[in-house]
Amino acid sequence: MYVAVKGGERAINNAHKLLAEQRRGDKDIAEIETDQIEQQLSLSVTRVMAEGSLYDRDLAALAIKQARGDLIEAIFLMRAYRTTLPRFAFSKPIKTAEMDISRRISATFKDLPGGQILGPTFDYTHRLLDFTLMANGEAPAEAPQGEQPVDENMPRVLDDILNYEGLIQDEPTPVDDDAPVADLTREPVKFPAGRDLRLQNLSRGDEGFVLALGYSTQRGYANSHAFVGEIRYGTVSVEIEPEELGFAIDIGDIELTECETVNKFKGSKTKLPQFTRGYGLVFGQNERKSISMALVDRAMRANEMGEQIMGPAQDSEFVMEHSDNVQSTGFVEHIKLPHYVDFQGELELVRRMRTEVEERLAKRDAEDGISHPKAAE
Amino acid sequence: MTAHPAPNARADQNHTADTPVDPHIAARQKWMSVLARTSRARLEAEWSDHYSTESWNHLREPQIGMVMVRGRAGGAGQRFNLGEMTVTRCAVTLSDGTVGHSYVKGRDRIQAQYAALFDAVMLRNGSASDFIDTLANEQAAAKRDHARKVAATKVDFFTLVRGEDE
Repeated sequence: MYVAVKGGERAINNAHKLLAEQRRGDKDIAEIETDQIEQQLSLSVTRVMAEGSLYDRDLAALAIKQARGDLIEAIFLMRAYRTTLPRFAFSKPIKTAEMDISRRISATFKDLPGGQILGPTFDYTHRLLDFTLMANGEAPAEAPQGEQPVDENMPRVLDDILNYEGLIQDEPTPVDDDAPVADLTREPVKFPAGRDLRLQNLSRGDEGFVLALGYSTQRGYANSHAFVGEIRYGTVSVEIEPEELGFAIDIGDIELTECETVNKFKGSKTKLPQFTRGYGLVFGQNERKSISMALVDRAMRANEMGEQIMGPAQDSEFVMEHSDNVQSTGFVEHIKLPHYVDFQGELELVRRMRTEVEERLAKRDAEDGISHPKAAE
Repeated sequence: MTAHPAPNARADQNHTADTPVDPHIAARQKWMSVLARTSRARLEAEWSDHYSTESWNHLREPQIGMVMVRGRAGGAGQRFNLGEMTVTRCAVTLSDGTVGHSYVKGRDRIQAQYAALFDAVMLRNGSASDFIDTLANEQAAAKRDHARKVAATKVDFFTLVRGEDE
């Protein structure tokens, strides 16, 4: 039996009005502007763009404001918005080798060409609360400038330095570079998934989930001990080749963080021992995510490397089916929505099962000549 | 300390590889990239100061959409879809029939419209060359200032003398 239930409309409207009021908070305190969020909560903006899989700082700031700072809700809003837009083009592959560097470090080479460039980092801060930010919020002094700008063509640690002796695996050079690229926003994901699909999935995957899986690989749930070969964060230009023009044009810059890990590899009968690699690339400044992504990317290459699957991070299907926080939220949270009819069904089933058991027991007891009050059960 | 990357492995990373030889196209690519990075207010002000008598039409109204940004595994390997970005495009026709195009990051329709208009006047007779040069210089200066601030965060390692001399 299906019973339509009505009557929630007024309650829902009022709930949303209450939500709006609570979002605004105390009216004696100035309302936060989206451009303040865009500028001053820039790492929240970054996360919403990366996992919302849509690079637009203003929209991410709006989503954060609307979601009261709930970043997963904001990511949901971005995902919903992107479905309303047409896709004009695919970009040419961005050139991270030509990134305008804001930060670039290597944990494997101390004196690498181009140097260790710290950039705007929380590393080496003392993690003490800075009460001046709460007091009068004085504008910080302008950051000092070096005499020379940072190198324009920063060498890449893995390709330009480590590869020198053939010590590291080449990234498989695409034989057919025009081969179709998988796109999980357009086609259902099928397993086994190629590396293109895995990287797309990880880049938009939940930061916490990817972080935890990356951590698990370090704790022994995958045998892929990693060093950070290089992390670089900065801006790259995006190029497309519109049909009506017939040549490539540069449409603007986006911020990216890239991480390349150097991992252990034993070698085989046919191959000299060689380092292997994992790759992380995410929108905005997000080192935690890009390192985690590189760890999990490497772990998911287990089959390709002929490694035994011993941890969840190596199981592509497990990782990819659970990495998306919009999907996860949808399914986890949907159980709070009305399930009255389903539950009614379950309730009737349990009652029937109990009755059956009781009747069977009573029958057996009667056959055995035992009689006792039903309540004693 | 440059090495010997696998042949073709970094072909796509090499900027000169895909820069067209045609100097007209190269010049147009340059100004389109400068215009894509210029604020709507700046373009609007320049247009109303110098081109307000110009008559033109939309060939294609400004339209907001997305571009799927692609990366390469390991920076040089297999291509993959990283995520999308918002982009606005526009096409205009000047009274003499010159068509200007624009594709700019973000969702500012007016910016895209003026970028297309300046593309058209540059194609017609290059009359906005000085404006484009000024913008290009400003953009380069801002980039250089930032690169100098970043350079100030470079670590200068020094080694402490340890142990005894021979």
